[in-house]
Amino acid sequence: MAADDMTQDAPRTFTLNFGPQHPAAHGVLRLVLELDGEVVERVDPHIGLLHRGTEKLLEHKTYLQGIGYFDRLDYVAPMNQEHAFCMAAERLAGITVPRRGEYVRVLYCEIGRILNHLLNVTTQAMDVGALTPPLWGFEEREKLMVFYERASGSRMHAHYFRPGGVHQDLPPKLIEDIRTWCDEFPAKLDDIDSLLTENRIFKQRNVDIGVVTKEDVLAWGFSGVMVRGSGLAWDLRRSQPYSVYDELDFRIPVGKNGDCYDRYLCRMEEMRESVKIMIQCCDWLMKEENAGEVLATDSKFSPPRRAEMKRSMEALIQHFKLYTEGVHVDAGEVYAAVEAPKGEFGVYLVADGTNKPYRLKIRAPGFPHLAAMDFMNRGHMLADVSAILGSLDIVFGEIDR
Amino acid sequence: MSEALKVLGEHIQAARNTAVTGWEIAHGELTVSIHRDRIEEVLTFLRDDPACKFTTLIDICGVDYPQRAERFEVVYHLLSMHQNHRVRVKLSTDEETPVPSVHAVYPVADWFEREAFDMFGIVFSDHPDLRRLLTDYGFEGYPLRKDFPLTGYVEVRWDEEQKRVVYEPVELVQEYRDFDFMSPWEGAKYVIPGDEKAEG
Repeated sequence: MAADDMTQDAPRTFTLNFGPQHPAAHGVLRLVLELDGEVVERVDPHIGLLHRGTEKLLEHKTYLQGIGYFDRLDYVAPMNQEHAFCMAAERLAGITVPRRGEYVRVLYCEIGRILNHLLNVTTQAMDVGALTPPLWGFEEREKLMVFYERASGSRMHAHYFRPGGVHQDLPPKLIEDIRTWCDEFPAKLDDIDSLLTENRIFKQRNVDIGVVTKEDVLAWGFSGVMVRGSGLAWDLRRSQPYSVYDELDFRIPVGKNGDCYDRYLCRMEEMRESVKIMIQCCDWLMKEENAGEVLATDSKFSPPRRAEMKRSMEALIQHFKLYTEGVHVDAGEVYAAVEAPKGEFGVYLVADGTNKPYRLKIRAPGFPHLAAMDFMNRGHMLADVSAILGSLDIVFGEIDR
Repeated sequence: MSEALKVLGEHIQAARNTAVTGWEIAHGELTVSIHRDRIEEVLTFLRDDPACKFTTLIDICGVDYPQRAERFEVVYHLLSMHQNHRVRVKLSTDEETPVPSVHAVYPVADWFEREAFDMFGIVFSDHPDLRRLLTDYGFEGYPLRKDFPLTGYVEVRWDEEQKRVVYEPVELVQEYRDFDFMSPWEGAKYVIPGDEKAEG
């Protein structure tokens, strides 16, 4: 009798392992959940299963070789991260990027933003039970990856941005095709919109779930959509403009309630704004008077032209030295940040005057977001964990580094 | 921009004179060096002071300088969304001396400090939960220290006989090659046999 009472009254908390191979874990996340019935009491994320030591590897690679590692961080929006690293190297080496180079960069950064948001919005829908959105979204992503491939030769790991600009100019046909895609895409976005935005189940699973206030946003070091969803109009493209964002016309969508649903709405709106930016970039690039260099020719980072190498010994030597020894960058330290699709992606670069970074710290936007997982999930139901995780926009390439 | 940073640097120096050991502006960024023990107080000031308002902690990271007496630098990056400016706060420590944790000032510091501990072995005092974060369960050593080899010490493989993953010392078919690119015209000292005869 007494034993039965004990079992009835004793608190029924139990521990659940979520992942590392759970489809809603967005990669390799192991969450140790402490549950009281269905209510989450504590979340302990175990990360690092995708840790490759990128920061250590970068200390042993020249600046030019290092760019490739940035593609592999947040692998759904590779070029945005190359941008941050190139900006850091440019500021230390004192390189100015030609305007055409900047426009190509912005064009591809916005493609990256759409790539990322398409993946996140649709897989978030999949986390809460919808299967169609990812199928539609991935079709569009595939087209964007073809644009990546046509510019850089690779669908994902582009290695396209260089300190001083981008590696090669875009063929005119490619710019035209991107421009055509920009006209077609909003209709596809409307389709996804009509599936999700007013969907009763989608709203039940997301509205008022994972609410973060403005104070929480600041205390937990959030950035990107996590900030804007809570009503703070903060976007590095606007508040600390880099590249040519100050010349472009776009708006910053801001949410009201700071819940998962508002973050979804922000991402949908941001995609529409990105299309606007892409159209402006394409139009600018297509104008004849804007033809020119895409890579700063006066810096040591730019290789000599192939034709020149056939005739000039110095050009040949420079080419050889650039791709073996690399460029020696002046000693100093610099922090360069870009508004990556997930938030503020920063690179803290310490150079010691050699051809390799002395120390490179990658500030991944997803890292503080995941750090707040425990705080955001307490008191929620078990089923909300995957909804919140989906709205955080987690990619392990950048969190584990 | 740098004029505003100069005013800010002077303001921080004046307000926390005993804690700040120096500040400088380079590449359009303000760096403030402080005493190790005062970090909590300085960050609280930077967060709450109306002229600073650095309400967001962007990052904490370590940097290793093995030749220095206090080999580690701990670097804090702060951002103010209200005033739209950034600052970098630095302090130094060694392997043993703990740095006060700032998780009470910025909750997000919890994970950043765990990462710095994991990668460098920098100890943070009063940290609620100083476990390793990114490395493998049971990992030994601090991978981002300069004396830790790039290839590490152990590697894993699936053992068919034991039917489990086993850890073994790293075996390299070829030694890792880290080329020395010091130019012979810029200070590399190569001793060529016979050269000493020229000296007489």
